Amino acid sequence: MSLPSLPANFGAENFKAATKYTAPVRRPIEPVGRYFLAHASRALRGHTWSEFEKIEAEKNVNTVDETDENADLGDEEQDAELLAHDPRDWKTADLYAVLGLSHLRYKATEDQIRRAHRKQVLKHHPDKKGAKGGLDQDGFFKIIQKAYETILDPSKRAQYDSVDEKANVLPPPPKTDYDFFEAWTPVVESEKRFAKKQVVPSLGDANTPKAEVEAFYAAFYRIDSWRSFEFLDEDVPDDSSNRDHKRYIERKNVASRKKRKAEDNARFIALADRLRSEDPRIKLFKEAEKAEKERKKWERDAGAREAAAKAQKEAEEAAAKKEAEEKAAAALKADSKKAKEAAKSAKKKNKRAIRGAPKDAGYFGDADKAEAIDSDVGFLIESFDDLQLSDVSGKVASGDAAAIKEALATIAKEQTASGKVPAAILKYFV
Amino acid sequence: MTVIGVSFGNTTSSIAAPAQDGKGVEVIANPDGERAIPSALAYVGEDEYHGGQALAQLIRNPKNTIINFRDYVGQSFSKVDPTVTERASHAIDLNGQIGFQVTKSNEAGEERTETVSAEEATVRHLGKLKAAAADYLGTEITGAVVAVSTDFTEEQKAALVKAGDAAGLKVLQIISEPSAALLAHASVEDRLEQDKTYVVADIGGIRTDAAVISVRGGILTTLATAHDYELGGDKLDDALAEFIAKEFEKKYKVDPRKTARSLAKLKDAAILARKTLSNVQSATISIESLADGIDYHSTINRLRFELVARNVLSQLTGFVENLVKKANLDTLDIDEVLLAGGVSFTPKLASNIQFIFPESTVVVAPSLDTKASNPDELVARGAALQATLLENFDEEEIKESLSPVIVNTQHISKAIGIVNAAGEFVPILKQETTYPIRRSIQLDAPKGDVLVSVYEGDQKVKETVLEPAAKDEDDEDDYSDDEPEVVREKHFLPGTKLADLAVRDIHEGSKVEVTLNINKEGTLQVSAREVRQGSVAFRGEITY
Repeated sequence: MSLPSLPANFGAENFKAATKYTAPVRRPIEPVGRYFLAHASRALRGHTWSEFEKIEAEKNVNTVDETDENADLGDEEQDAELLAHDPRDWKTADLYAVLGLSHLRYKATEDQIRRAHRKQVLKHHPDKKGAKGGLDQDGFFKIIQKAYETILDPSKRAQYDSVDEKANVLPPPPKTDYDFFEAWTPVVESEKRFAKKQVVPSLGDANTPKAEVEAFYAAFYRIDSWRSFEFLDEDVPDDSSNRDHKRYIERKNVASRKKRKAEDNARFIALADRLRSEDPRIKLFKEAEKAEKERKKWERDAGAREAAAKAQKEAEEAAAKKEAEEKAAAALKADSKKAKEAAKSAKKKNKRAIRGAPKDAGYFGDADKAEAIDSDVGFLIESFDDLQLSDVSGKVASGDAAAIKEALATIAKEQTASGKVPAAILKYFV
Repeated sequence: MTVIGVSFGNTTSSIAAPAQDGKGVEVIANPDGERAIPSALAYVGEDEYHGGQALAQLIRNPKNTIINFRDYVGQSFSKVDPTVTERASHAIDLNGQIGFQVTKSNEAGEERTETVSAEEATVRHLGKLKAAAADYLGTEITGAVVAVSTDFTEEQKAALVKAGDAAGLKVLQIISEPSAALLAHASVEDRLEQDKTYVVADIGGIRTDAAVISVRGGILTTLATAHDYELGGDKLDDALAEFIAKEFEKKYKVDPRKTARSLAKLKDAAILARKTLSNVQSATISIESLADGIDYHSTINRLRFELVARNVLSQLTGFVENLVKKANLDTLDIDEVLLAGGVSFTPKLASNIQFIFPESTVVVAPSLDTKASNPDELVARGAALQATLLENFDEEEIKESLSPVIVNTQHISKAIGIVNAAGEFVPILKQETTYPIRRSIQLDAPKGDVLVSVYEGDQKVKETVLEPAAKDEDDEDDYSDDEPEVVREKHFLPGTKLADLAVRDIHEGSKVEVTLNINKEGTLQVSAREVRQGSVAFRGEITY
């Protein structure tokens, strides 16, 4: 093992204190051995002790605990009735109370039982009672010994615990007002103690998640109970007197054990059923489940609902479109009629204008030929298409005779050239 | 002019004195040759019997035999358990004190009833012990150190001193049994100088006591104690006696538990068989006229006994395990388990206790280590060792040494040490070390300047799971539920940094000596110097 090198940034200082060390504990040391004596003589010769130090050394000493190890057992006194209990009927006595353990009952550990027994022996030993004057006072001591024998032996203790009614917590009376968890938790705990395998979870509280609640009920219903009823057996008589009677009693015991076990199982199932039926969490879960179901159904139907809505919307849209189109068509129709009429009237107007133009221009000085001109213009007008009509009507609108004549002559040439008007029927404009 | 050590037990007592050859101490025998002398007195006619002779009276004359009176000294009747005297003269209430009623008769055969208080019985007993020692050593006994259990109250100790005075045996000091046993064990081969934590289990006849004791710098500190007033060798004997009784009943259809005499015979045979089975594999049980004039004769082997006594043995193991818990320690913290008391010879007990501790813990018992000292004698030898040490002190000095100001000392709560180049914590002072103390270690150092970092150490349990060794192919179909073995180890880790100290100008290949010194005021002085003549020490101080 070696020491590390000094880091370069340590600085010029040689010693740097970081923190104080953890406060020491004052304890007595064993005054034995040469090292102790050396310590003592060093201390005695080297120093004078001030009063203060002496007082300090006596106080605040963390001594090894030699006192009352039995604090957990409490100071239970047996009542007079129990003390006077007939030792022959020891089975009917409350064996835990006999040992002063009625506050612990089935929870008492082996160590506590031993210590409790010892405590009772110290108090009730017949030698001590005898010293006080009474003679036949060992009755209770016999019960103590019986109780100790019973409770210390694990199998006998299981038998006794099975019938230890005082350890059972009764369920709250039905149809009364009580807080579910407050009333039932001790009941569940007391029932759970009969489970062969201590893996049953606790009842929990109002906020326990569903999975845990369900796990609890699954485990609770499935408790494999070790409860048995041997302790209540009738005493089997010695077989020397009457063997048949002995066998009869034995059979009776077996039958009554079975009967009691069956009754207990039925009782437990009824209790568990009642517990479950009263559990507010189960009710909540059921409601939540129902709501969830409805929500699911709602979700499942969403597709169809959407399709229906879409179809309706489409139908509405189609109807609206159709209506609009119809309206537009109607409007268009009305418009074209008007235009046609307008065009017609415009045509009429144009035709009238063209027809009237030669007359207005005084027949270009050829009034004698007026009939021929009118006839020619009539033929020409009949042969015009709309464009030519408007074109010509524009040209003749100037009122200038020469221009009108020129325009009419030009159009007449075009019309004859294109074959729309046979040249033969024209008399003036050739 | 000799001082002796006395182990005063409920069941047996022992005396030890400085050895004749001047080396160490030895346990001495009474005139009957007993080294473990039964703490018993019996009255027959005008005569008083002591030791083994008195114990033999339990069968014929139980009403006039006094046993198990040690715990009654200085106690009031209301506080004690009278059941332990059930098979002998019953404890009675003597104006609040405890006494025994015995019947004596004179030569003419006139009977008279006398009461013997527990204190008187103690006086008689101590007187006999003193006489035995004086006979053996051939010198006057000037004083004794007496070892008793840790739960002896001040009143009980005062009563014991008074009884000693009355018996002419000056009690120099009363020490506790576990520390006496440990002192005897650790005084060999300088074990006292090694900082270790011990469990001392004293398994007696009618009660069992145990203590966790840490040894730091040769000074013993008790960290926890536990007592069981019902567990002990008697329970083993009862189990064995019950077994014999059942066998007998099965064979002869006679219940041997009906009369007190038969019970006493059963018990006597059981004790003998148990002691024999500690040394050899099988023992003969032979009881004459156990019940209805029928003799019983059979053999029992060790395995059968271990089965019969399994319950009690496991309780004893559990008792030790609980004590370690009570001391807030892990079984890994215990370096050695020292078994004291006659029952410790039982091989199964030692192996059971070894089983609950890790392999690193040494269990000191004769069946596991042939060199272990006799567990029956440990306490007496420890007391004698203490007595020889006290020889040079006068009464006043001893009294002053036991004053609280000397005995109640400060113990550091955490280990203090330094961190080496690899970053590991090297403890110099272990936790529970009492001060004033000075301890140094030497470490290698590189050339140039080095850093000494003082830390408090934290202990951490490391668990390594050992995978079971790979199986052979042909083992495959065998069902195996081998659990993987978990190896637990406890390591020191550097905890809080207390200080840094620079040590400068180290020569090539040199060593550095680091010294931690806590003075009586609790100031921790750290100093470090190169191991070289004329080198300068670098130092600093911190407090708590």
